Amino acid sequence: MKIDRRSFLTYTTAVVLGGAAGSMLSPATWKITDDIAIWTQNWPWTPVPEDGAVSYKQSVCTLCSGNCGINVRLIDGRPVKIEGLKDHPVNKGSLCPQGFSGLQYLYGPSRVTAPLKREGKRGEGKWKKVSWDEALAAVTGKLAELRKQGRPQSVACISGSDQGTIPNLIGRFLNAYGSPNFICEPTAQDAIEQAIYLTQGAQGEPVFDIENAEFILSFGSGILEGWGATGRMLNLYGAGKPARKIIQVEPRLSDTAAKASQWIGINPGTETALALGLAHVIINESLYDKNFVENLAFGFDDWTDDNGKTHEGFAAMVKNYAPAKVAQITGIDQAEIVSLARKFARAKRPIAVNGRGRGFLPGSIDESLAVLSLNALVGNINKTGGVSAMPDPNYTQWPEVKIDEIAAKGMQEPRIDGAGSEQFPNTRYLLNRLPETINTATGESPVQALLVTDANPLYTMPDTAATKKAFDRIPFIVSFSPYMDETARHADYILPNHSYLERLQDAPAAAGNSLQVISLAKPVVRPVYETQHIGDTFIQMAKGLGGFVNEAFPWASYEKFLKKTLADHWRTLNRKGILEFAHDLPEPLAYTFNTVSSKFEFYPTARNRAKQQKGSALPAYAPVPIEGDIQRFKLVMTPYDSIRLSGGYVANAPFMTKTVEDTVLKQQTSFVEINPATARELGLKEGGMARLTTPKGEADVKVHLYDGIKPGLIAMPRGLGHTAYSDYLADKGTNVNMLIGAIEDPGSGLNMAWGIRAKLTRI
Amino acid sequence: MSSTDKNQTVSSEAAPDSVTPEPEIHDSPPSTTSGWAVFMFFMIGFVGSLLSGWILFPELLYSKKEQPIDFNHAIHLDLVYDGCNSCHYFRDDGTFAGVPGMDSCVDCHMDVMTGAPEEVKFVDEYVTPGIEVPWLIYSEQPDCVFFSHSAHVIGADMSCESCHGDIGTSTHLPVYQENRLTGYSRDIWGHSISRLGKPEPGEPKPMKMNDCADCHLEKMGHKGACFQCHK
Repeated sequence: MKIDRRSFLTYTTAVVLGGAAGSMLSPATWKITDDIAIWTQNWPWTPVPEDGAVSYKQSVCTLCSGNCGINVRLIDGRPVKIEGLKDHPVNKGSLCPQGFSGLQYLYGPSRVTAPLKREGKRGEGKWKKVSWDEALAAVTGKLAELRKQGRPQSVACISGSDQGTIPNLIGRFLNAYGSPNFICEPTAQDAIEQAIYLTQGAQGEPVFDIENAEFILSFGSGILEGWGATGRMLNLYGAGKPARKIIQVEPRLSDTAAKASQWIGINPGTETALALGLAHVIINESLYDKNFVENLAFGFDDWTDDNGKTHEGFAAMVKNYAPAKVAQITGIDQAEIVSLARKFARAKRPIAVNGRGRGFLPGSIDESLAVLSLNALVGNINKTGGVSAMPDPNYTQWPEVKIDEIAAKGMQEPRIDGAGSEQFPNTRYLLNRLPETINTATGESPVQALLVTDANPLYTMPDTAATKKAFDRIPFIVSFSPYMDETARHADYILPNHSYLERLQDAPAAAGNSLQVISLAKPVVRPVYETQHIGDTFIQMAKGLGGFVNEAFPWASYEKFLKKTLADHWRTLNRKGILEFAHDLPEPLAYTFNTVSSKFEFYPTARNRAKQQKGSALPAYAPVPIEGDIQRFKLVMTPYDSIRLSGGYVANAPFMTKTVEDTVLKQQTSFVEINPATARELGLKEGGMARLTTPKGEADVKVHLYDGIKPGLIAMPRGLGHTAYSDYLADKGTNVNMLIGAIEDPGSGLNMAWGIRAKLTRI
Repeated sequence: MSSTDKNQTVSSEAAPDSVTPEPEIHDSPPSTTSGWAVFMFFMIGFVGSLLSGWILFPELLYSKKEQPIDFNHAIHLDLVYDGCNSCHYFRDDGTFAGVPGMDSCVDCHMDVMTGAPEEVKFVDEYVTPGIEVPWLIYSEQPDCVFFSHSAHVIGADMSCESCHGDIGTSTHLPVYQENRLTGYSRDIWGHSISRLGKPEPGEPKPMKMNDCADCHLEKMGHKGACFQCHK
């Protein structure tokens, strides 16, 4: 058979056709089609959940101070889902988006997986993995050296909390070591607890029995955004919940305002004036609780002191806040003020609350005093549905600390932040004063070593630039963060703590709760990385320092310490997961207050009156002197909180960022909210780019036109603009803290800034 | 159209070429293709395709893997009290545990008991270092399939053998034939590559979707709805 080109093609075609015909009668074609379909479902990047035995472990979400109960679902021992714990007294099954996305903190790429030593320049991100022994030896060595030099007071610790045994263990370490500088991050609670102390003489966490209130007058508290414990606040909403009126007084239509019975748009920073204006109407129309005011309160009427000097009482003082004047200050209609005062005073169970947004900033003492006085006027103190002070839970037993001479000397040194000094006698911590103290110190920094636990000051503190400058002057920074946050990234050593799902700790319920609840956070999973419990780290550091410091820590591990310290409570706590103490309210007629007058003091005699207006300790409204030249900066910017973003020390989980609308964050750019009228004046359009300038810094932002914000005011959310953590979080938007500053309350030293002057220019 | 016709058409089209002066170019040669030859080549393709599809393809598609341990079901079944359920049990929440983990085995096999070579290997390589045995699972289904053992075994009172064959009385584990494309066992498709005929008694039943549907149609009168298995 001769084969040429033509016949070759013919025969090839014949073979192919034959093959094709044959394949129709063979199973291969059909089988392979089916297999390809299955193959496409099994590509290695397609997530396939593991199959296995389902179990649940109960623990506590300690991502914020709320300490809600959680129920973690595990498959073959691997946590796969976090739910709210149904019968937990704090949150009763509710949980916030951050709590739900908690697994991303456990497995996410932002974890610090082993002890790290800085290699490159600070903040450069070059690290060397070191062993725990080496890291501990380095940190302990530095601390021993400072003690040897006789300046233990130059060691400071910034902590995210002062509640529970871990912060107390760290406080004890500093005490035995010889430093008075345990500094807790500020919250709105700082101002409120001081106001409660000044009026009622009670030390303790403020309690707002909001569940039992029927009329909630909120001075800007982000009830739905996560004020106090978010899981708890969410239970105020939803079908089948008792009817409750929420009146939201806020310059911006927040989620809380949108869900409230009424939103009252107020000029920002004038809440104190409104509270005093409402008091004026209530007193003027004689709507106040006569029994409380006449029998249980002091300083309502004018009074004469031991020296025969007459002081103006609360009732006389509020005469200065007539509705017409208050209307002018607050921008609220006069009739509205009168009507609100009547509604509040006549409501069955009214409560007034304050603390802006989620309560990250303290605010002025005057504001807290004015709001507390409103509660007192309706007799709502130490009552169900009212305001009271929670005494210290006192569920732990600690052996006494013996300290040596060096420590005793160090402990007598004044605190670096000035808290508790003659100037600010009633304030416990003043973190906002730390950067300035360091930056203005002559010679070397008063802080020679800084320990940062459960806190991220380089992100959360106002005026990031000044904070960073101060940190640059501190020669030795140690972070104990489980995550590579901004502060950890700027540290010299990172001694990573277990993440919250891997560690054991007691978790007292957040301030505001009407029950005294201590929950036990139990590890739900073995540590994924080479991390170590922060309690163990401090116990080992104490051992390394030896002497009296070591003697103050007679425990082998945190777990042993916790069992010993909780003593009889351990068994209950371990078995039930919670310890509940009744918060007994005194009999209404029998109660005496721990003040000079033994009464509720409308006129807080314990307050340093020299610094107040007209030398009176009564609350008064004075505009907070917000930063910036009004000629140069025509707008005012205020930060706001959102339940979908975390403004606190633990940043958003990527799941949370996904839930943010594209009018808050688009790609890498943050939005500022602005009233359409103001935008028109500035020639700004929806979605347009603008340069936002404040006295503290500038950022390029997009503009979102929003009718729910007062003209002249612009707002930006907290929780964006991280520079550290992981690729899923860094460089998304602008950190609002970078653009704002702190303003000291003259009486307390606490930060009372609520905003800053700003300028928006179209670019 | 015959090949001759084709040839003519081609040559008439090629005619203009003859105008060119090159002497190497000849007129179209006489046809060399024959009808028989075309048929023969067609058959070569046809038979080749059939043979490779029926015989070679299954050989290529499946790799043969040995189980890490040649488990003897028969011995174990004699020793346990509760039949298959002793090791392949239902959890308290009703889910089926499937292939048992090491914790079930170590109840007895903490140390070597019989000295059988496979048992020695099992204890040395898995029990002592505390490693789970990477068993190859013949009836493993893709993640998109939701199958409830509980509904079938407890609800419909079906025996294990009715789907899995008499593996429970086997003394050796069969060779695991893994589909190179999908990674699943050949048992799912069934050992007949054509899926024609029924499995021999005692052989495991194929477990493709149609197999489920056939049985459901027979026993329940309808094939069932998509969402019953594809949640």
